[in-house]
Amino acid sequence: MTVNPEAASINTEYEYGWSNPERYAIKAPKGLSREVVEMISKAKDEPQWMLDFRLKALDIFLSKPMPEWGADLSGLNLDEIYYYIKPEGFNARSWDDVPEDVKQTFERLGIPEAERAALAGVGAQYESEMVYHNLKEEWEKLGVVFLSIEDGMREYPELFREYFATVVPPEDNKFAAVNSAVWSGGSFVYVPKGVKVDIPLQTYFRINAENSGQFERTLIIIEEGAQAHYIEGCTAPAYSSDSFHSGVIEIIVKEGARFRYSTIQNWSHNVYNLVTQRAAVYGNGVMEWVDGNLGSKVTMKYPACYLLEEGARGEVLSIAMASRGQHQDAGAKIVHFAPHTSGNIVSKSISKDAGRSSYRGLVKIYEGARGSKTNVECDALLLDEEARTDTYPYIEIEERDASVGHEATVSKINDEQILYLQSRGLSEDEAAGLIVRGFIEPIAKELPLEYAVELNRLIELEMEGSVG
Amino acid sequence: MTHQLEIKNLHASVGDQPILKGINLTIPRGELHAVMGPNGNGKSTLAKVIVGDPEYTVTEGEVLVDGQNILEMEPDERARLGVFLAFQYPVEIPGVTIANFLRLAMQARKEEGEEVTFTEFYGKLQSALKTLEWDESIVERYLNEGMSGGEKKRNEILQMLMLEPNYIIMDETDSGLDVDALRIVSHGVNSLRGPNLGGLIITHYQRLLDYIVPDKVHIIVDGRVVESGGPELAKRLDAEGYDWVKELATA
Ligand SMILES: Nc1ncnc2c1ncn2[C@@H]1O[C@H](COP(=O)(O)OP(=O)(O)O)[C@@H](O)[C@H]1O
Ligand SMILES: [Mg+2]
Repeated sequence: MTVNPEAASINTEYEYGWSNPERYAIKAPKGLSREVVEMISKAKDEPQWMLDFRLKALDIFLSKPMPEWGADLSGLNLDEIYYYIKPEGFNARSWDDVPEDVKQTFERLGIPEAERAALAGVGAQYESEMVYHNLKEEWEKLGVVFLSIEDGMREYPELFREYFATVVPPEDNKFAAVNSAVWSGGSFVYVPKGVKVDIPLQTYFRINAENSGQFERTLIIIEEGAQAHYIEGCTAPAYSSDSFHSGVIEIIVKEGARFRYSTIQNWSHNVYNLVTQRAAVYGNGVMEWVDGNLGSKVTMKYPACYLLEEGARGEVLSIAMASRGQHQDAGAKIVHFAPHTSGNIVSKSISKDAGRSSYRGLVKIYEGARGSKTNVECDALLLDEEARTDTYPYIEIEERDASVGHEATVSKINDEQILYLQSRGLSEDEAAGLIVRGFIEPIAKELPLEYAVELNRLIELEMEGSVG
Repeated sequence: MTHQLEIKNLHASVGDQPILKGINLTIPRGELHAVMGPNGNGKSTLAKVIVGDPEYTVTEGEVLVDGQNILEMEPDERARLGVFLAFQYPVEIPGVTIANFLRLAMQARKEEGEEVTFTEFYGKLQSALKTLEWDESIVERYLNEGMSGGEKKRNEILQMLMLEPNYIIMDETDSGLDVDALRIVSHGVNSLRGPNLGGLIITHYQRLLDYIVPDKVHIIVDGRVVESGGPELAKRLDAEGYDWVKELATA
């Protein structure tokens, strides 16, 4: 039975669009310069190699033009952004050390509840630093590491340096470069060989200061035969001037390992969300991205799986919702480097009120990747006449013995469906909401219950008054 | 208050094309009336106008449920008054399980602040599934998605049993059913029959009316009721076809 009477009552206190008074220990000047980069590095008390890395990335960033494809970024003024803000009370050891308003923020996000619900390690990011971090003891015994990226760098210097920026180098793209120069905050996860972590590792974070960029950097290493699931959810309060988020997520899935990275992002409607997420997958390893994109002004995000060795598998399930003034340019990348690798992309989008969502995906099969295949399915749902959707499927196949399937559908909520549901007693709004929920169900059912409920709620909020 | 469904001089069109041209019918609770007639003469249109399909414009007349005119009401308000249509072509709602949907539909009938309890829901579901000789796993399926014609029809009756309407309209529920399914579906409808249930059974076939014996039979041709009678009228149609009623319409 899928009926769960409890489901509806979870997270009902959740609200979106609030902010706390700003209070910061260090705030860098606006704009990006060598001084800002040095200030960040100094504040973090980093080794010289990291400062050198940052400065090199800064040069790359400055030398690369803004991308000309994808969403319209002309409203993004990179000189008006604060690239580093360090809140007071960062890296508090226990809940009691966390400042009161920060605590309130967390409470609003339901973190203590999440903990009470015996959810695993809760890492929470406030502004650009980890403020609160907690990892279940038994995992520590197993050798599982779940730390802020800064602590990871400090406590596991060799491991960190071995993998950092190997999956997403700063040369990759302009936004990977800016992140490399000013990164701050994010998670470091290491799961040793053969260790299976069944309860998801979770982190919440949010942007609070107006004009604060958030450049989180996450590095995850899943050793041979290990398994884990990492969940990141985030919200941002509504502000009047544009905000910039550019994260880099690097994941290494070793031979026979299995990893899932789930995100539900709900940025306020003025955020430019330009993220590089990529996984390197080795022999028979499995990487799954489950990606929900709500909110933001512009999102450009294409979770990638590089299938590097035989038998590797990559999956990307994504859902995006765009309403007025928003452009969700989201999709996936699957790159087959080795024989018998397989991929699957399911991308769903909902657009309403002149919102625009695009699927942009790349499937590439290199010569020699015999017997490889990827399936792509993208479904767009339009809620009204003004909404817009388009697909940009890029398929490059260099190997004869390989295949790519691509299927795209565009649908509208049809009047017959509404009538059918209304004739059973549901109001018009409830009927439309239910149809939308059904549309995202294939993605929602992959999320833990409380996240699925939250995803549905966020979509309901976006839907309000969209019919009739 | 009179407990009946009354259709008075009902005229309806699609765009400027008139389809119903003055239908008059009175169905008291406790009675089921069969509606027959050749294809394309307005039977489904009548059913959809009663439930409030905005595709159709009512140009004249009234539809009263227990004395109350429902024509200005939204389809969901009509449903809450106890009107239920088993659609001729039930639509697919991907991703929404039957269980979830049934629960929401039951909840929609409750007063503000009143909840469908799990026991209420589950108890009713068990008994409805038993009546319809259906395995519980069916409610995990998505609403009508990928279902055969017969399964969709049975699913309409499942909803009917769960929602316990006062007035049912069945639009060719029997078409596409094999003999076993026909027996099961009819059994489901008969289990609801009683002094509180009224309704219209739209069908072409006597074989359904052998199971669900109608109190009256009406024949609709060109948007009007051209003949009414008892169960014997359906038997005559079965034997002689529609030719003679078509003549009635042009007479
Ligand atoms: N939505 C519609 N748009 C256009 N024509 C319609 C529509 N619904 C019904 N009609 C027309 O009205 C007439 C009656 O249709 P219908 O009520 O479905 O007949 P029946 O159920 O008796 O076979 C037919 O000529 C049909 O083509
Ligand atoms: Mg019909």
